[in-house]
Amino acid sequence: MSTHTEPPAGDAAAALLNVEGWNPGEDVIVVKRTPAPGPARSTWRTFAETLRGLATTFGRMLETPVTVQYPEEKTPVYPRFRGRHKLHRFEDVGGAGSDPAQGGLEKCVGCSLCAAACPADCIRVVAAENTPEHRVSAGERYAAVYEINLSRCIFCGYCEIACPFDAITMGHDYELSDYDRSDLIFTKEMLLAEPLERTPLRNEGE
Amino acid sequence: MIAVVGYYEPWWIQIVKAIVIFAVGLQLVPVVLLAERKLLGRFQARYGPNRVGPYGALQPLADILKLLTKEQFRPSTSVGLLFAVAPLISILTAVAAFAIIPFGNVQDIFGTRVGLYGIDVSIGPLYVFAFGGVAFYGIMLGGWSSGSKYSFLGAMRGAAQLISYEVSQGLALLGVIITSQTLSLTGIVTAQKGMWYIVPQFFGFLIFLVAGFAETNRAPFDLTEADAELVGGYNTEFGGGRFASYYFAEYLNVLVVSGIVTTVFLGGWLLPFGIHPPGFLDPFVVLFKMSLITFLFIWARATLPRLRYDQLMSFGWKVLLPLATLNTLVTAILVVVTH
Repeated sequence: MSTHTEPPAGDAAAALLNVEGWNPGEDVIVVKRTPAPGPARSTWRTFAETLRGLATTFGRMLETPVTVQYPEEKTPVYPRFRGRHKLHRFEDVGGAGSDPAQGGLEKCVGCSLCAAACPADCIRVVAAENTPEHRVSAGERYAAVYEINLSRCIFCGYCEIACPFDAITMGHDYELSDYDRSDLIFTKEMLLAEPLERTPLRNEGE
Repeated sequence: MIAVVGYYEPWWIQIVKAIVIFAVGLQLVPVVLLAERKLLGRFQARYGPNRVGPYGALQPLADILKLLTKEQFRPSTSVGLLFAVAPLISILTAVAAFAIIPFGNVQDIFGTRVGLYGIDVSIGPLYVFAFGGVAFYGIMLGGWSSGSKYSFLGAMRGAAQLISYEVSQGLALLGVIITSQTLSLTGIVTAQKGMWYIVPQFFGFLIFLVAGFAETNRAPFDLTEADAELVGGYNTEFGGGRFASYYFAEYLNVLVVSGIVTTVFLGGWLLPFGIHPPGFLDPFVVLFKMSLITFLFIWARATLPRLRYDQLMSFGWKVLLPLATLNTLVTAILVVVTH
């Protein structure tokens, strides 16, 4: 253990450090080291402290391991965890020309603000006009193509912030490894689909 | 008195014993390997290997299979013959030293008298140290013939370490030899009928154990393979089966040292309080005691940080050697006075 002494002024510090002709100034704090241990203390350190260390590790051995057996057990994620993206629809089914089997209209209007906000440039949006016969989104236009290249995505969540209609949000899935890079380009259908939710969510106060 | 082997075993018994010892000895190594990995895990509050087979029991098998199927390569700067021979020297000396550990008393098996040990040499400890001395060639030649500076430095450290600690180890055993007045390992065991030598020779036991850690190049004395500064030490350039040989020899050496400690200080196959189990249980008693010492090896590895090189040397020569000499001297005086 080293002890801090009061900062001695100039010459006093130099005298303490046993250096001549060196004036370190007022802001130097001289740290005084404790003297080297004598025979008794050395022996104590060598044997008693070693035994103390052995006792500590033995105690750890008797404890239950803290390992999370990952593929079977998963640590729950926080609600704000930024995982794989989700695209959303409106809750209520409706809108002229919309497909009732698909659910509500898409929230995405194809404005490409997410693509503009994306620092990794991994979102590709191609917009198309809604027509009365073929209505996909609630706005004037909709995203004909909406792709996120997850091999480039950095999961920063800027797309979520940029979106004026809360059409894209970050989900909780993080198990995204795949055998092929092209499989990591997620299309609109994949992003709109109900996510698998393979990840447990952390409860309040957990 | 030099141990007298008062009976002769038929030649075929010798061969059977050689095979059994080789087989059992080599079966023990994977067990120790797994035990170490499991225990190191528990010491660090994790599980250790538990995926391959039930409770990870097949992990050593998977490891060895992996190592054996790997490519045999060597650096272009290496010396081919020595590079190939060095791991063999390591494993050979370890197995040879294993042969003299007595696993039990002389038994009657189907009418023939069989000693449950490879061979009861009349120079027991000297045999161990002789093969310990040759084992150092395995490390030294392996490191030197690799033609790599890391291997070379590791090998030089190993050489210096083995020489330094062999002295203390020998002196620690000398106390026991003076007390038991025999050099035969079975003789030393039978001399412990009244009291195990761990009691009168407690300091000898401690010195032998610490020197044993150093002799087997195990933590906290594993400077030959100090991976922080030497990559992998003497076996840096070894891979595949040759590395497996070194790996194997290391654990076999741990078993040999455990066996010697069991024989010399823990009364071999004897049990305390005058309990005399039937003869066929003797090997299990020895194995149990050996596993306790092996546990100590693993426990120390999980606890103690690696020594600095100057600390290692000053501990060996300035602490251990004087203590061992003093222990021998006091024992000798006591034996002379009491006789």
